[in-house]
Amino acid sequence: MIYTFRVLRFDPAKDESPYFEDFQYETEGKKSLLEALMDIRNEQDPTLSFRYSCREAVCGSCAMVINGKFDLACRTMVDSLGSSLIVIEPLPNLEIQKDLIVDLEPFWEALRQIEPYLLAADHRPEKGHRVEDRVMEKIDQFANCIMCGCCYSACPVVSRDERYLGPAALAKLYRFVRDPRDKRGFSRWSRVSTETGVWGCDTVFRCNEVCPRSVRPADGIEALRRRVVLGKIKRLFKREK
Amino acid sequence: MISHDILVVGGGLAGLSAALAADQRFSTAVISRVHPLRSHSVAAQGGINAALGNSPDGRDDSWQRHAFDTIKGSDYLADQDAAELLCQKAVPAVYELDHLGVPFSRFPGGVIAQRPFGGAGLSRTCYAADRTGLVIVHTLYEQSLRRQVKVYNEALVTKLIVENGKCVGVVIYDLATGQIQPIKAGAVIFATGGYGRVYLKTTNAYINHGSGIGIAYRAGVALKDMEFVQFHPTSIYPKNILMTEAARGEGGYLLNNKGKRFMTDYAPSAMELAPRDIVARAIQMEIDKGNGFEDEYVLLDLRHLGEKKINKRLPSIREICLKFLGLDPVEKPIPIQPAQHYSMGGIDVDDRCATSLKGFFAAGECACVSVHGANRLGGNSLLETVVFGQIAGEEASRYLQGLERKEPSEKTFLDEALAEKKKIETWMSRTSGEKAHHFLNRLKVVMSAKVGLFRTKKELKEAIEEIRQIREDYGRAYLSGICLRYSQVLVNLIEFAYMLDLTEVITLGALAREETRGSHYRLDFPKRNDTDWLKHTLVTLKDGQPDVSYRPVKVTKYQPEERKY
Repeated sequence: MIYTFRVLRFDPAKDESPYFEDFQYETEGKKSLLEALMDIRNEQDPTLSFRYSCREAVCGSCAMVINGKFDLACRTMVDSLGSSLIVIEPLPNLEIQKDLIVDLEPFWEALRQIEPYLLAADHRPEKGHRVEDRVMEKIDQFANCIMCGCCYSACPVVSRDERYLGPAALAKLYRFVRDPRDKRGFSRWSRVSTETGVWGCDTVFRCNEVCPRSVRPADGIEALRRRVVLGKIKRLFKREK
Repeated sequence: MISHDILVVGGGLAGLSAALAADQRFSTAVISRVHPLRSHSVAAQGGINAALGNSPDGRDDSWQRHAFDTIKGSDYLADQDAAELLCQKAVPAVYELDHLGVPFSRFPGGVIAQRPFGGAGLSRTCYAADRTGLVIVHTLYEQSLRRQVKVYNEALVTKLIVENGKCVGVVIYDLATGQIQPIKAGAVIFATGGYGRVYLKTTNAYINHGSGIGIAYRAGVALKDMEFVQFHPTSIYPKNILMTEAARGEGGYLLNNKGKRFMTDYAPSAMELAPRDIVARAIQMEIDKGNGFEDEYVLLDLRHLGEKKINKRLPSIREICLKFLGLDPVEKPIPIQPAQHYSMGGIDVDDRCATSLKGFFAAGECACVSVHGANRLGGNSLLETVVFGQIAGEEASRYLQGLERKEPSEKTFLDEALAEKKKIETWMSRTSGEKAHHFLNRLKVVMSAKVGLFRTKKELKEAIEEIRQIREDYGRAYLSGICLRYSQVLVNLIEFAYMLDLTEVITLGALAREETRGSHYRLDFPKRNDTDWLKHTLVTLKDGQPDVSYRPVKVTKYQPEERKY
């Protein structure tokens, strides 16, 4: 079958604005979009740029928008799209560095702001921490995140307020708050109780929808909200006593 | 010019471990061709070995038993003192990972869960479902953010800079700017990973070209035991994505086209959990005998495990099958075939991760200590990256403390960068020639056909001739209409020179080693020969030509015996 790949091209060094370029590409069977893009680059245009690494949906490099849908190019099979026209665009709401490569720095910066690491007690238990599996299951889905940036890029709040921390970072924060090994205090993490933090979320769940790893970042944001409220009430009572 | 005390090349597990272990008084930076979270380490699925003794079937486990299994698994080519060091450090290393935040799966009572893996005979492999590599990389990356480790992303190291016998820096191709530039460093640690992409069928990421190994070789450092290439028994057909050994550890069967668990014929006691070299060969023999499907694959059957167990222990396996094959392993067996997976060989280092070049260290898959010998056990590679990554970071720090540092001349750096620039300009100035991906395909075809699971003198000799022919053609390579920013085509062409080096070294070692040991199977010499070959292969570049020499294996207390499973 012959497909038309309509790829967004942009080189900020020489182009005034992004434009679409069509490539004809013939293939049969289970060819991934990433494999197709590599073939097109090798055979048709060596200047076509995109990120890739693992090709098995675990490294998060090749997130892009394919026929309007956020996904990883490696796990999208060309024949599954049900269309001979395949429109490929870089992740929106991020600056294009070249073609399908975007600058993820705002995404990483949001992550850095939430202290995205386990803050365990100084003492390391000699035989490891004792943590029940059913407790760890609560953070399971968040540990499945590969930081591909789909949720951040698709988030309507991020698109209108770049200060908003976004779904991935907040879900990551919840992953640590919920981890029984983590000892960060309420006042330390509840700094995200702001309009650019947990209260910024519009609850339209675009993040849940676009995640290629079946993570539901909004679950984490909602849970953080409940914990913020609960924590504040607890503090209020303590003060009154 | 960018300058650091310690420059770690590679942001996977070995690199991050090294950076985290480096003395904080030194300025340390990681430089990586991809963002650290995009490193191939994230693809590790099954787990990490440590004799914690948490499993009911492994209560009397000990690091000594782990060391014995590792050495036996290595077909006695591992240096036994190094294997002992690895296994002794495994237990505290896993507890440290737990303390840093790795969300390990748990047994009732809350201790870290362990599952059986090949070549062990008991449950020693700690895991986080089937995404162990992913969560460890994320955890170490998170800790690197906490420690504010400087990371340069998307820059390919193209060369080591050496002055007066010391490694003093590297040359990089910065993808974002398209610039070639030198970086100064007091010490350089390579954690650049493996070279799976020199084969047609590999579980490795697209980025695993192995150029780091070739760069070290070009700088005069020996490569060790490169002929030992691990083929993983179970990669999905036809995309060769890894199906973790944990699938068999959790109870999965291997079936041929007669519905028979054929491992009874090859490893009647360990069955599917024999070491990888044995299982991979068994699968290929079944396929070659006509007992496979479409002459390409056999089946990995998980159906009897049930949906609940598959979802809990092997969720990524199910997801990969659904997405990439349109097949649900709960209902159907998975088509699998062996594929290149890992390099036991690598840059020759001692058990302090030091090379023969002062100021140059290496750890992880790109290095060869050797702890894996002729065949690595599943679950030992993640372990190696954290244990030896840490040692590399500490040793590089120790090296700098004792070093009287003389500022190397600026000119050396500029000259080295200029030479790299000239090379690229030459490629760009040509108007015709062969493209990068054609070279790559030619090399892959040769390696797969002639330097694969089964080897013969005739084919290995042919392979060397063909590699040398490709090298000659590569001298006329060209780049057409290229934009220097974010050019993967340029990356591939730069790396290809090093791929030629390392494939030549693999093949030379394989040709010279006239015996069968671990992953190196010679049809014309089908027996292990300890009298002549209980030794490491070392290949060094001398006057532009590979020079093969040998070094005895270090034996502590485990006398080589026949491997039966």
